Amino acid sequence: MHLAQSQEGYIPTGAINAIAELVDCHPAIVMDCVSFYTMFFTKPQGRHKIQVCQTLSCSVNGADALVDHVTNKFSIKPGETTEDKKFSLFKVECLGSCGTAPVVQINNDYHEGLSKERFDELLENLE
Amino acid sequence: MSKFEPILTEYIKDEDCHTLSFYKNTGGYTALKKVLDKNPDNVIEEVKSSNLRGRGGAGFSAGVKWSFIPKDTTKPKYLINNADESEPGTFKDRLLINKAPHQMLEGMIIASYAINCNTAFIYIRGEFYKEYQLLKETLAEAYQAKLLGEGILGSNYNLDIVLHRGAGAYICGEETGLIESLEGKRGWPRLKPPFPAIEGYLRCPTIVNNVETLSCIPHIINRGAEWFKSIGPEKGPGPRLFCVSGRVNNPGVFEEAMGIPLEDLIFKRAGGIPDGKKLKAVFPGGSSSAILTADEAMDVIMDFEDLVAKKSMLGSAGVIVMDETVDMVQACLNIARFYAHESCGQCTPCREGTVWLVKILTRMVNGEGKDSDIDMLLEITDNIGGLIDFSKESFGKTICPFGEAVAWPVRSFIEKFESEFRSYIQEEKVLA
Repeated sequence: MHLAQSQEGYIPTGAINAIAELVDCHPAIVMDCVSFYTMFFTKPQGRHKIQVCQTLSCSVNGADALVDHVTNKFSIKPGETTEDKKFSLFKVECLGSCGTAPVVQINNDYHEGLSKERFDELLENLE
Repeated sequence: MSKFEPILTEYIKDEDCHTLSFYKNTGGYTALKKVLDKNPDNVIEEVKSSNLRGRGGAGFSAGVKWSFIPKDTTKPKYLINNADESEPGTFKDRLLINKAPHQMLEGMIIASYAINCNTAFIYIRGEFYKEYQLLKETLAEAYQAKLLGEGILGSNYNLDIVLHRGAGAYICGEETGLIESLEGKRGWPRLKPPFPAIEGYLRCPTIVNNVETLSCIPHIINRGAEWFKSIGPEKGPGPRLFCVSGRVNNPGVFEEAMGIPLEDLIFKRAGGIPDGKKLKAVFPGGSSSAILTADEAMDVIMDFEDLVAKKSMLGSAGVIVMDETVDMVQACLNIARFYAHESCGQCTPCREGTVWLVKILTRMVNGEGKDSDIDMLLEITDNIGGLIDFSKESFGKTICPFGEAVAWPVRSFIEKFESEFRSYIQEEKVLA
């Protein structure tokens, strides 16, 4: 499933059917699994997934301001994608890096102890 | 007591500390060599007598767990390394994976040898992509050096390790949820008994141990159970990675002997609270533990028994510090929302109850709270986590301990800071 998602950034129905065939089960069983895990998507997402941790240690260290910052900058709320399909914004639960709060995961990479300025820099450098 | 020197994190400042050559040069894999000449039962006995208790959260004796593996079965046995670190406030396993992956791997190989298993797994949380890539390299190095595969270090012991990535589900840190997930399904915990040591992965005997627990093993073999037991309280000894985060000047992972006063952790190691603010409340062992007030926190040592006596728990040793700037109702909502999001949905009290907690707390925060809301919140926590009575150990209304993990902290917020909850309701009345 990770492999399927790495191709297009989400797991389309075709991939679900292919996985079902591969492991010899009904596609509904694959769908059951895909829908359970927060890292899997069944609909197209932006090219870059911006995932801001919102759990307590990040929250008391300015995570909410980072979410607002992206919302203001790109006019997208958490769960939405920019019109040019470049960014999707997510509020996510604990990323396991509370000692370097606030933390944002962009695609596969963690960015720790993030200031607004550094966050802007990162976003501007993304293709 | 002599000054404690880090054991698990001794070399993490060195640039090459994650490599096999560095690990070998600093005494790595000597414990494995020793073990391969021993009877596996002796290894279990050694770990049992060290009183090493699980570092994942439950704090169960590692050696006792291993000894539950049936000796007379013809089924294959499995070891799973639980690297699905997701408890809010906990970030120590990630450090151990990044900085000392071979220490963890050596612990895994020794544990596998002790329980006579030939296939082991590392279940790493999906978000840890960099760590996943690093572990791939670590495993490749180990296979090349004949530390894994057939005939390990010239013995007749064989072991393969499979690396598996999770996909974002807190519940997969629970051992039976993890096993279901590893089998390729949604991570729904199983009813216990049977415990995984009897029926685990593919219904075969399985041991699930945490990264930090396994990382302690080589040191116990090398220096002996007595040495291990001499570090900190005898019933729960050893080095421990304490994670301190939240409102502190110097957050991070601090390796200390078990039993360090919480006050020292917060004010000495983590540098106290920024801007001279006052301490208000602390999660001592991850967000699933009941919170302590500032007074309680100043009077507790980080030990399994002492925290249970204070009606909380050591859990994953993830200390989250809240100062006077943190609103207790908002913090409670934050934690309740985490559990509502992460509830796996299998048991009704937890699936429905967590959502109701969030709804009620949200309306309180929005100034729409009702007088009856506080009692209702307490009733819901009872419905999810049971009436908590530590003396009778009577808790549990759900298949896995997630229910208690929501109920305890939420209840502790309300009971210890009831006036803040009341003021939200009363403020609204004044405005009206």
